[in-house]
Amino acid sequence: MSGPLKLSLTRRYRFAASHRLYSARFSDQENQKLYGKCGNPYGHGHNYVVEVTVTGPVDPTTGMVANLSELDRFVRREVVEPFDQTYLNEEVGEFQDNVPTTENVCREIYRRLRSFPAARLEKVRIEETSKNSVEFTGEPEATQDSTE
Amino acid sequence: MIRVTRKLEFSAAHFYHNPNLSAEENRRIFGKCNNPRGHGHNYVLEVTVAGEPDPATGMVLDLKELKEVLEREVAGRMDHRHLNYEVPELAGKIPTCENIAAVIWALLEPRITKGRLDRVRVYESPDLFADCVDGANRGDGRF
Repeated sequence: MSGPLKLSLTRRYRFAASHRLYSARFSDQENQKLYGKCGNPYGHGHNYVVEVTVTGPVDPTTGMVANLSELDRFVRREVVEPFDQTYLNEEVGEFQDNVPTTENVCREIYRRLRSFPAARLEKVRIEETSKNSVEFTGEPEATQDSTE
Repeated sequence: MIRVTRKLEFSAAHFYHNPNLSAEENRRIFGKCNNPRGHGHNYVLEVTVAGEPDPATGMVLDLKELKEVLEREVAGRMDHRHLNYEVPELAGKIPTCENIAAVIWALLEPRITKGRLDRVRVYESPDLFADCVDGANRGDGRF
């Protein structure tokens, strides 16, 4: 027999944005070596897919871990609207000093969604293209407070 | 440990309605999913079984047998059915992906005789799915 069942709900969202991988910490030559064509000064873009996983007890009134329309509203307000059709490096504050790699975009989206009130955020997974994806499940508990 | 996953598709109708709530509350909470005429989905079920391959056969379990179990236990009950009215295991429950996944877990768990049931994933659409896992074996056990 199995133990207590754990239910989670995953929803996929999309946004399109441009970015450029470039770090002021390195010389132009080092940037070129490190980021290659992703450092093109004019930027380039992707159709990002964001997979948001939340977990928690299933509310017997609704049969849901979290009300989908509430999750949709929250993710659209916190991520899709501020990120969609933007140049991430210049229009999303966090990426002015933080290279918008898929890893950093994923961590930033996780940070924005952590406060979702209706269920616990378990995972954020991002597909930058159909071939590249990154997932983040948060910092380990012990270091969570000290990193913020 | 190896995880083996088998898929099954089934098509079914459902709607969301809680008889203990007023019509207005039902509309507010469930939105257009509350339409009493129902609507349908092509559900995709992914069942994952975990275990060690048998040294003689090289298999964690016989996928043919798993396919038969899925067809009998899940497709036999849910394919081309109305989940609100025709699936006794869902009676009294709102047929969300979460509840469907938990019901499928309960149907399959006793039927998996080689390896152990590791995850039941139910896609309602390519952009929405629920996972049911054993809290003690998978994930961090927190809710």
